[in-house]
Parts: sequence; structure tokens; C-alpha cells
Amino acid sequence: MSNNIIEVNKISKKYIMNQGAYYDTLRDKITSMFSHRTDDRKKKAKIFWALRDISFSVKKGEVLGVVGRNGAGKSTLLKILSRITPPTSGSALIKGRVGSLLEVGTGFHQELSGRENIYLNGSILGMKQSEIKKKFDEIVDFSGIEKFLDTPVKYYSSGMTTRLAFSVAAFLEPEVLLVDEVLSVGDAEFQKKSLGKMEDITKNEGRTIIFVSHNLNAIEGLCSKCILLDGGKITMDGDTDDVINKYMSRSSDIQDNDKVIAVNRQGSGEYQFSRFWLENSSGNRIESILSGQDVYFIFEIRQKNKKNLKDFKISFSILDNFEHSLILHRTDYKKFDIKQMSKKNIFKCLIRSFPLSEGRYKIGLYLENKDGVVDSPGVVKNFQVNSGDFFKNASKIVVNHSPFLVDGEWSIH
Amino acid sequence: MIDKKTIKISSEKGVSSSFSELINSYDLLKVFIWRDIKVRYKQTVLGVLWVILQPLFSMIIFTIFFGKLAKIPSGALPYTLFSLIGLTFWNLFSNSVSKASDSVVVNEGIVKKVYFPRLILPISAVLGSLIDFGLNLILLLILSIFLSYLPIPISIILIPLLALVTIGTALGLGLILSSINVRYRDVRYVLPFFIQISMFLVPVIYPLNIVDPANRMLMAFNPMTIVIETGRWLFVGGKFLYYDLVPISIISLSAMLIIGVLFFKKTEDVFTDVI
Repeated sequence: MSNNIIEVNKISKKYIMNQGAYYDTLRDKITSMFSHRTDDRKKKAKIFWALRDISFSVKKGEVLGVVGRNGAGKSTLLKILSRITPPTSGSALIKGRVGSLLEVGTGFHQELSGRENIYLNGSILGMKQSEIKKKFDEIVDFSGIEKFLDTPVKYYSSGMTTRLAFSVAAFLEPEVLLVDEVLSVGDAEFQKKSLGKMEDITKNEGRTIIFVSHNLNAIEGLCSKCILLDGGKITMDGDTDDVINKYMSRSSDIQDNDKVIAVNRQGSGEYQFSRFWLENSSGNRIESILSGQDVYFIFEIRQKNKKNLKDFKISFSILDNFEHSLILHRTDYKKFDIKQMSKKNIFKCLIRSFPLSEGRYKIGLYLENKDGVVDSPGVVKNFQVNSGDFFKNASKIVVNHSPFLVDGEWSIH
Repeated sequence: MIDKKTIKISSEKGVSSSFSELINSYDLLKVFIWRDIKVRYKQTVLGVLWVILQPLFSMIIFTIFFGKLAKIPSGALPYTLFSLIGLTFWNLFSNSVSKASDSVVVNEGIVKKVYFPRLILPISAVLGSLIDFGLNLILLLILSIFLSYLPIPISIILIPLLALVTIGTALGLGLILSSINVRYRDVRYVLPFFIQISMFLVPVIYPLNIVDPANRMLMAFNPMTIVIETGRWLFVGGKFLYYDLVPISIISLSAMLIIGVLFFKKTEDVFTDVI
């Protein structure tokens, strides 16, 4: 027991979700005190267990991967261990200084220069002034932005900002490091560099790390042990290979995960996207795409009220992490006319030889007819693309030099 | 050694931090203050100038309307100096309160992603206001030299002490308001109005001696009353008239700080869940 550096004992976390309003206002509170109606919002409040009786332990120098779908509770777990939010019940012990990296560039200020932001961000992440001073040159060197060190960050490209931000984080030196999905930032070249740095930290410096990522390759490369979270519970705890296999294999019991949940839904709303998922060419549900794979994008649209509309167009776009649209595809591009829809409709779009390289992408959905927008739930989902046999020559692409892949035919003359 | 560094996380303890953690976060406190000052003076074109112009204009307007037209007495001091002393301390108070109450919401992005003793936020906000106060104080001293009302020697100790009492009071209120602000977002819009109104409950534009003695006791519950009257006394000298009110202010200040810290600590846990 004594060589466990992290011990988590039956941690649960409950959230009470108010539907509708995001923030209470004092005004509403006061008016509701004088009215006899019971607070409408109370009725709607839903209890949601983000984590349920989570227990595990991590030994000194071990790197634990946490995998699971969106909403499985991975980030909540890290938030509790980072002491950002308290658990509803249960306890945990962590021996040593904890550094958490739940986001790159926390606290970056647009008006301040790169140099100033290194100090600001470093301090926020828990470094002492003297530590930052000592590592300053290394940080700048790693980020590769020395030319722009005294330029305000607002003039940086998003790539430069993330590089600088990651570089500060990479030089954190706590005994225990909690890392949430931060390796998928920056361009491919920089991703490789940061992955290398992470490997250094884990292998050579013997730090204890909990690592959350959707990038299964990174998890495989870095972690010796893994836990699999599903619906707030640990469904498996064991060797990385076994856990990843189990994670990849489960498919049928996760219907709920397909639900299209929109934060800021727009459009007239007669019909709405209700589910979205991916299938491979043999019709099996998949959670991630391999570059070069034939893949079905599947949309379920339901009628929400009795009004019948005509002549629809469906569009979807695939976006990168910064929500720049990379691909946009529409039914009318292929002269696919949708005259009418019934109560529940399923549309499939086959994309042959998926052209994006490894990374995290997002998908945005859009439904319109001639009168305007019917449903626009915005960016609804993340999905992972892993490197695959795009060139159909039985080799994976090891390094991604660009977001897009095309199949070229070479000849010499 | 290991025991000392062990972090225990549990539902009972919450995320609230210990006193030693607060002390250890001294570096971060400095960085927050430095950031706020840097950003403040980078963003505004008038920058430093505005900090001086604002009380100067207020003083001129107050002198015309309250001094000349309404003929509010200003004792031994000319109304210009009289109101500027009031304004200098009052501005420190109102800036500190409003910055402290916004501090958690404004730093939402950091609060949601990194752990640190949350108390640092309102503390850095009130300490940051001291820079503006320093500039206002220079203006005040220039005016007093110009009008030949030099402050008495003990001012060297008392002015910093008065500033400390001011930001202490502001911190006490700010701690409570910042917690409420996280949950009820309309506080942000209502607060500036209340701060503005409450200026009239403190002798900024009028002297305390025109208030009847029973009400003076009430007014002393806001330590700003005594701060401003003491500030004026420093430029006049002679006998200080309000010793009897000082204990009320001291009790009130301590109560505000204690309640503020307790309240803040109590709501700290849910910050990230509701923010």
C-alpha cells in the first residue's frame, strides 16, 4: 500500500442539471420568493451521476491511461483529482505535488506578450518564479517562437499560441501529473514533438501520470496500465492492450452516445437531427475512423411537429480542433433530392477512402429547405481518426505531415 | 516528509485550501496583480492619465454643485481639497469592491481548469487597486501643497493604515459579493449602482459633523466614514473629534472580514460546478 502514490477510494460525483437557464439570477430568485407557484426549474432539475464509486490506485512512476467515450466521466475524474471540484462522496489520497494540465494555455492573456504569458501561465500551473526563470530558455527553445517573444499573443496564429502553451506545460515538474487530452493540439510536426516530450517525461523522469486521451495510439505508447470508464463507472482496469481491445470492441450497447445534443440549437425546428453515428462498409458501428477506410456517416432525423415541409437539403461539415471547416458535403452536391420526410428518417452517406489523417475532428450538422434553416444543432460530436492503410499497401502512415491525404500515382519519364 | 505533502481529497473537506497553501501561493498572487496592472495600462489609451483625471473632474463638479451652489460646509479646508480627500479614499474603496466582486467570474477560465487557493483572486483584486490610489494620492498631495495645507507628520503612518482599512473593508464585502456573483449573474449589473448610491452614506461630499450624533454611530459601521474623516483631519491637524466612533469601525471591519472569509470558503466548493 505504501508505494501507491495515488489512491482513489469510492469517488462519486453528482451534478444537478438545470434545463434551460444557464445561470440563476437574483431577480428570479426574489420574484419566486413572492410568488406561490413552485419554482418551475426545480421540477426540471435532473440528477446526473458523472462518476459512481470509482476506486483505483497508481504506483510511483506508473503512467495510467484513462479511456472512455465522451461523457464517460474522464474529465470529471481529473477535475476531482486536481481539486477543482470536490467529490460528492468518497475520498482520494495523493502523495506529492500535483500538477494538472486540463487544457493548454490556461490563463493566457491576449494583450500580453509571449514572454509575459510564459510567466503568467507557468505561475498559474504552479511553477515558482525562480523555476520559470531557470527553464525560460528551454521553454522558448522548445516552442520555436523566439522571434515573436515580445509580440502580444493576440497577433499569434492559433498554432503558435498552442505551441507556446504546450511548451510551458511540458516543463512542469510535479511528482504527479494529471493530463487531459492536450496532445491533439498544434500541427502534426509539433504533435510528434510533444508526444516525444511526453515519452521523455514518463519513461526517463519516472513521474507518476494520469493521462486522458482519445488518441489511442498515444495511450498505447505512453501508458502501462489503463482504466476504461463508461457511464461514470470503471468497466475495466488492467493492461493497456486489454483495455484498448475491450474499448474498441464494444459497440451495440451505446446507442445513447449517438444522440445529437445541441447546446445552442437554431432553425425552425419542425424536423431535427436526433442521432448521428458512423459505420464501416460491412455495416458495423465504429467509434473511430481509419484513414483510407470506407465509412458511412449516418444521420437520423425526426419530425418534431405536425407541419409537413418539403425539399430538404442536408449538409455536414468536418472541422478541426479550432473549428475550421475542412470538409463540407451536401445532398445537393450529388443531386440527391429529398422531397419529403417521414416521422423518422435515416440517411446514410458513404465516403470512400476517408481522406483525413490522424487526429481529433468534430462534426457539424445542418438541415435546410427552401424557406430557410430547419435545424442547425451546430458542432455536435467529436470523433477520432487513426492512421490507417490509406494507400492500400498494407502500411500505416506513421507521421502525418498534413491533414489531408490524396492517392497519387507516380511514374518516371 | 511524505505526510506533509499528502493531499487528501474528500467530500467533507471540499476543495477549500489551507492557510499554508495560501501563503505558498504568494508567487501566484504577485503574478495576478502584475497581470491586472499590465493589462489595465496596456489597453487604455489614456491609461495613467485617466486615473488622475477622473477624481479631478469629480472634484471640480462637486465643488461647483455641492460647495458653491448647495453651500455644504467643509470646515477648515477649502471644498476642493475637502472633496478630493473624500474621493481619493472613496475611489479606492469602490474600485476594490467592484474588482473583488468580479474577480472570480472574470477569471472563470482559470478557476475551471487549475487548482489554487481561490482567495487569491479577491485579494489580488483589492491589492491591485492600490496603484490607482497611489496616483490619486500624488494628485492630492500636489493640490494640498498648492493650497498650502500640508498634511501633519503622522500621515506617513496613517495614510497607509487608512488605505489598509479601506481595502480590508472592500475585501470583506468583495468576498461575499464575489461568491454571490458566481451564482447570480445579475449582481454584476446591479452592484455599480449600489456602490454609487452608497457614497452618500459616507461623508464624501459633506462633513460628518453636520450629521446628528446618533446617526454618526450608525455611519461608523462603515469604516469608510472614519477613514475619510481621519484623512481630512491629517490635513487640518488639531484635535481629532471622533475617537468614540473608532471602536465601532474596528469591530465592524473585523466582522466583515471574518464573515467574508467564512462565506467565501463555504461557497468555494461549488464555484466550478455553477460557474
